[in-house]
Amino acid sequence: MEFLRSIGITEIVMQFMLINAILGLSMYLVLYTGMFSLANAGFMSIGAYTGVILTQNFDQPLWVGLLGGMAVAGVLAVPIGLPVLRLKDIYLAIATIGFGEVVRILILNFDTLAGSLTGESVRLTRGALGITGIPKITETWHLAAFLVVTGFIMIRLHRSRFGRAMAAVRQDEPAAANMGINVVYTKNMVFIMSAVLAAAAGVLKAHLTRTISPGDYGFDQAVSILAFAVLGGTSTWVGPLVGGFVLTALPEVLRDFKQYRGIVNGSILLLVIVYLPGGLVNPAGWSQLWTRLRGKKQGDTLTAEVS
Amino acid sequence: MNITQQVVNAIWLGGVYSLFALGYALVFSILGVLNLAHSAVFMWGAFIGLVMVTQFSFSVWLAIPVAMLGAGLIGVLLDAVAFAPLRRRNAPRIAQLISSIGAAILLVNIAQLIFGTQPERFPLGSIPTDTIEGLPFRITPIQIIILLVSVALMALLQYMVIRTRAGQAMRAVAFNQRVASLLGVNVSGIFRMTFFLAGALAGAAGVLYGLAYNSMTPFMGDQVALKGLTVIVLGGMGNIQGAVVGGFVVAALEVFSIANGGSNYRDAFVFTLLFLILLFRPQGLVGQKEHTRA
Repeated sequence: MEFLRSIGITEIVMQFMLINAILGLSMYLVLYTGMFSLANAGFMSIGAYTGVILTQNFDQPLWVGLLGGMAVAGVLAVPIGLPVLRLKDIYLAIATIGFGEVVRILILNFDTLAGSLTGESVRLTRGALGITGIPKITETWHLAAFLVVTGFIMIRLHRSRFGRAMAAVRQDEPAAANMGINVVYTKNMVFIMSAVLAAAAGVLKAHLTRTISPGDYGFDQAVSILAFAVLGGTSTWVGPLVGGFVLTALPEVLRDFKQYRGIVNGSILLLVIVYLPGGLVNPAGWSQLWTRLRGKKQGDTLTAEVS
Repeated sequence: MNITQQVVNAIWLGGVYSLFALGYALVFSILGVLNLAHSAVFMWGAFIGLVMVTQFSFSVWLAIPVAMLGAGLIGVLLDAVAFAPLRRRNAPRIAQLISSIGAAILLVNIAQLIFGTQPERFPLGSIPTDTIEGLPFRITPIQIIILLVSVALMALLQYMVIRTRAGQAMRAVAFNQRVASLLGVNVSGIFRMTFFLAGALAGAAGVLYGLAYNSMTPFMGDQVALKGLTVIVLGGMGNIQGAVVGGFVVAALEVFSIANGGSNYRDAFVFTLLFLILLFRPQGLVGQKEHTRA
């Protein structure tokens, strides 16, 4: 603990590491099923706002807010997923970026919109300023427990029939359909699970940062969530976990270079996707990189000998 | 509400959007990848133009071609760093999309380090801002220039793609890379040229956008990035004429939703349109149905 603190990883940093690991896992689920969806930030904001409104306006405990946020995001994922998941790769990415923006704008204008519909003044999402003064009631053990349960579910999932179906859908959709897998059902279920996880992370994070505003969940957040999963690698569920940890801790460890933070983040994303396409947690990728580097060196000595 | 005025606004804004989106469309039609760093190149174009005017006291007219050249070179660099290594490995399109996001983060943060986060302006008097008298609507000389420059560049691009040998080679590569290379087309050269052209168009759009609103920050690309995506989706992804039409449609939608008191929802309208087009007409408004659908 002392060592961690000395390199800049305080308790609050650790809490964000755990939250980002949950977000990484929510992205992992969709990527593992072969869906390139950037909707997670949108579901995160839906969860965060629902959770905070439950705990603040209706005086419910945190667990009610958590379950409420997860439920609302899960239910909303159905009408979004059914049409959108018919699209593939780049088209799906663009559609989900659009979804995230629509969610952001609707939350931004929710009060005036609801006010004009009901005829009373509504103060729920509080526009661009967002909700402030949320009590800090998320504890580290909440996050750790949530992550352990999620990890357990991930392990069980991969060994289940449904988990195999997910992998099959990613590898070859028509073949999976021919084998009797209900592709539409699999994709939508995974999309819902991913939305629920992102929403949970949103609720927990909101009760940690103490303020939320629509701008927190824009395209930047969607890209960060993607970066956790890509950096860690999506060949196993441990990858996004590590990705979330590393990308959150790194800026703190390198806090002396704070102004270069964005440059470091961008370079890492670029370097990993170019040189380590499987991410950090991917033994095959490392050995390939190793042979490539070594191969080059051998090539150099060879030419040196020849000349 | 003055309809003529809104139409005029939609037309000059549409020029900028089309110009910007053409770069997306060009890269997508020839390489089949989505370059999300395009908006960062757009921002760099605006800043190169600004530095030319403030530091080297260039006139705005001269700043536009210099910004285009600079942004075009950034485009070529982008290809070399973020796209070419992945192409060589035959990486999936999604990997190239992610690397372009990494490059965008990098470009925006470098700009932030150099130019700061405060909005920058073209110095007073360097651009004409008085409205032209004697017309039934308000228009400034700069808006006319924006429209003229963007239409001229679009016509030039169209001429280049249809009439010149380089354009022919580009279309050949877009049609089939392997066959084009067998016929003696330098495919990687065409890719570099495509990125140069896309960057130059983004640079021109950046300077024009900067002139129109006279406020430039390293994050100005965000304002147009998603709109540009909507434009090319409307136009049918890799469709160059479609991108031009789409730019004017998106600008009109935006201008008219502001004029009708929906300024808070103007982006929501644009993105809802994006959503609907993707779901019901993935080939775009003017495009033809492909056999291999999205």
